[in-house]
Amino acid sequence: MSTNSKSSAYRTALGRARGLGSAKSGVGRFIGERVTSVALIFLVIWGVWSALTLARGGYDGAVQWIGSPVNAVLLLLLAIVGFYHMQVGMTVIVEDYIGKPTTKALLLMANAFACWGGMALTIVCVLKVALIGGGS
Amino acid sequence: MVELLLPKNSKVGKGRHHPAPAGATNVKRFKVYRWDPEGDGNPVWDTYDLDTTTFGPMVLDALIHIKNSVDSTLAFRRSCREGVCGSCSMNIGGRNTLACTHGWEEVPGKEIQISPLPHMAVIKDLVADMTLFYAQYASIEPWLHTSTPEPQGEWRQSEDDRAKLDGLYECILCACCTTSCPSYWWNGEKYLGPATLLQARRWLVDSRDEATGDRLDALEDPFKLYRCHTIMNCAQVCPKGLNPAKAIGEIKEMLVERVV
Repeated sequence: MSTNSKSSAYRTALGRARGLGSAKSGVGRFIGERVTSVALIFLVIWGVWSALTLARGGYDGAVQWIGSPVNAVLLLLLAIVGFYHMQVGMTVIVEDYIGKPTTKALLLMANAFACWGGMALTIVCVLKVALIGGGS
Repeated sequence: MVELLLPKNSKVGKGRHHPAPAGATNVKRFKVYRWDPEGDGNPVWDTYDLDTTTFGPMVLDALIHIKNSVDSTLAFRRSCREGVCGSCSMNIGGRNTLACTHGWEEVPGKEIQISPLPHMAVIKDLVADMTLFYAQYASIEPWLHTSTPEPQGEWRQSEDDRAKLDGLYECILCACCTTSCPSYWWNGEKYLGPATLLQARRWLVDSRDEATGDRLDALEDPFKLYRCHTIMNCAQVCPKGLNPAKAIGEIKEMLVERVV
C-alpha cells in the first residue's frame, strides 16, 4: 500500500473505490501500443527478410547494405519502434503483476533504462556503420 | 497484486460428508465450500450426496434442498430464482454463473463443486463480500446527468438512441464477469472491472446524458479502464449473454475519438 493510499478500517467503500481519482491519461499509451504494433508487423517482416538475405553477403555486404539510406532508416525505425513497444508492453506487465510500490517503481525504472539504453545503443551503432563504415 | 498460491488461512481442507438418504436411487454428489467466520478454522469442502428426485432441476434447488433438509447451517444468497436479481451468483463447476438458472445436470463430472465468487472476501460459506463491487458501481454515478433545465415531461429519446442501450441495460450486477477477470483479481482495488465499465458505457451512450466528457475524464486512467486486456472471461460467463469486453472496447474507442 502506497503512503498516499488512505488505508483505514473506517474508510468508506466509495472512498476506496474512488481512490486517488482518475489519472486522466492512458489514451496516448493505448494509441501508441496499437500504432507500434501495426508498424512492427511490416518492420519485423522486413527485418527478418533482410537478415536472411544478408547472411549470404558476408561482413562487407552487410556494411554496404546498412550504408544504403533506405535500409539505415528502416533499421533505425525497427529499433526505435521495437524498443518503444517493448517498454510499453513490459510496463503493463509490471503494473499488472507487481503491487508493492517500491518493487514496482524499481522494475519500471529498470525497464525504462534497459529499453532506452538498448534503443540509444542501436541508433548509434546503425548511424556509425551507415555514416562512417564498419570496423571497431 | 498477483497471488499464485492461496494464503495459509484460505487453503481449503476436507469437511463433513453427508451421505444420501437410505433407499435413494438417483444420487448426485455436491461439493460445497464452507467457512464459518465465528470459528477460527480454514474453509473446508463439505460433500452432500443428494437424491436428485427430491428437488428441482437447478443448482439453486439443490442448495435450498440442502438448507431445508440436510444442513440448515449452509449460507448462500438468493432471491428471485429466475435470473433477474443476481443474488445467487457463485462459482459452479469452475465457472461463475447464477445458481438459479444453471441446471445441475449441465455441470460435467461426477460431482458438482460449488464455491463463492472467486477472489472475493468471504462473509460466510457461499456469501461473498460485494461491498467494494457495489461502491465501484456507485463511483461511476449511474444516473442521468443533465445541466439543461428539466423538461415539462420526460427526457425524450429516439427509438434508435434507445436501441443503443440494448446489451447494456440488462446487466443485473451479479458480478460473475468482474470476479472471473484476472485483471480484477490482481488489481481489484484500482481496476473498475467489467460490470462497472459495462454500466459506464450504458451512461456514456445514453443520448439524454450531458456529462459524457466528465464521464470519460473519470474513466481515462491506466488502472480504472486500461487494465482490461480483452481476456474475454467476462463475455464467456455472463449469465445474461452480455459482452462487457465489447462495451469496454467501445469506451476506449470514444477516448481515441476524443483526441484523434
